[in-house]
Amino acid sequence: MKKTLLLLSLALVAVAYSFRTVAPEGYTVGDKAADFSLKNLSGKKVSLASIPNAKGYIVVFTCNHCPYAQAYEQRIIDLHKKYAAQGFPVIAINPNDANISPDDSYEKMKERATAKNYPFEYLYDETQETARTYGATRTPHVFLLDGSKTVRYIGAIDDDAENPTLVKVKYLENAVDALIQGKDVPLTNTRAIGCTIKWSSK
Amino acid sequence: MRHTLFCFCFLLNLSAYGQNLPSIKGDQLYTWKNAHNDTLYVINFWASWCSPCVAEIPSFLELHQKYAHKKVRVILVDCDFKRDIESKVIPFIAQKHLEGLVVYLDEKDPNTWVDLVSTSWSGALPGTMMVCHSKDIFRFYEKKFEGNELEATVLSLWK
Repeated sequence: MKKTLLLLSLALVAVAYSFRTVAPEGYTVGDKAADFSLKNLSGKKVSLASIPNAKGYIVVFTCNHCPYAQAYEQRIIDLHKKYAAQGFPVIAINPNDANISPDDSYEKMKERATAKNYPFEYLYDETQETARTYGATRTPHVFLLDGSKTVRYIGAIDDDAENPTLVKVKYLENAVDALIQGKDVPLTNTRAIGCTIKWSSK
Repeated sequence: MRHTLFCFCFLLNLSAYGQNLPSIKGDQLYTWKNAHNDTLYVINFWASWCSPCVAEIPSFLELHQKYAHKKVRVILVDCDFKRDIESKVIPFIAQKHLEGLVVYLDEKDPNTWVDLVSTSWSGALPGTMMVCHSKDIFRFYEKKFEGNELEATVLSLWK
């Protein structure tokens, strides 16, 4: 019996270790997120701490060029309009290297934000350090933080990228609503398809 | 015989967007991962709008041409939006001569099927699974293969 237990615990350690080695670096739900200081479209540095009256933060890694980001663009605008007043603003971050993806340059960000009248901060992660720290891999990729900057939800905005009218489950809204009501987030992680972040080749 | 059976399964289970684009549901991923045969499935997840995907597709076609007779089965699982199938995906298949290699994944919520592929996959495209259940081979790569890296990877798994 003891031997079985020992073997079992060894196996568990081995499994845990193998997950450790394959898991990408970055945050998991429950981690405390680091603040950042990134340039917004008027050239001003924006950090989480600099946003007044926030009870939490909807951090969305997104960009201009990606069809999935474009499919979600209006929904991200609507999220900010719905939740900023309740203390949960959207902070959009573009992490793509403009040398690889010219449509995601700082100038193009300005053009898109102006054309679409973005009501939220759209920040440029020029060094890609924030995306790396968070463990963002694709656009769009959502990290919902509570007021203490603890990560409470990671994943998709909802369950239908192509057609907003056919959405059945609004994963992100459910999570934000739970935080506002002081409840546990019902589903803390979801998978989503997206465009790979265009990492600089060093 | 096996090939005939495989085709038959396609006819049985799958609806199609024209003859060059059969469609699958998420459970087909499970079927490939657990197939009891001596085939190495090289299953690439891609979309026509994904530039790194498009860039590596010729190496998958080459892999198919070179190794199909060695029981390496290349399947390109298309993750485009439905509205882009007729206008973008079908013409892309014709232009790149990918007839017979592409299937359309007819699932709308990736949260229901990404983990079926691999729990290590974040969902970023491209992604490639190499699997042969009966030989205990399983690999997942969330990346674009460069140069002859794809062939080298297959050769390292499949003697």
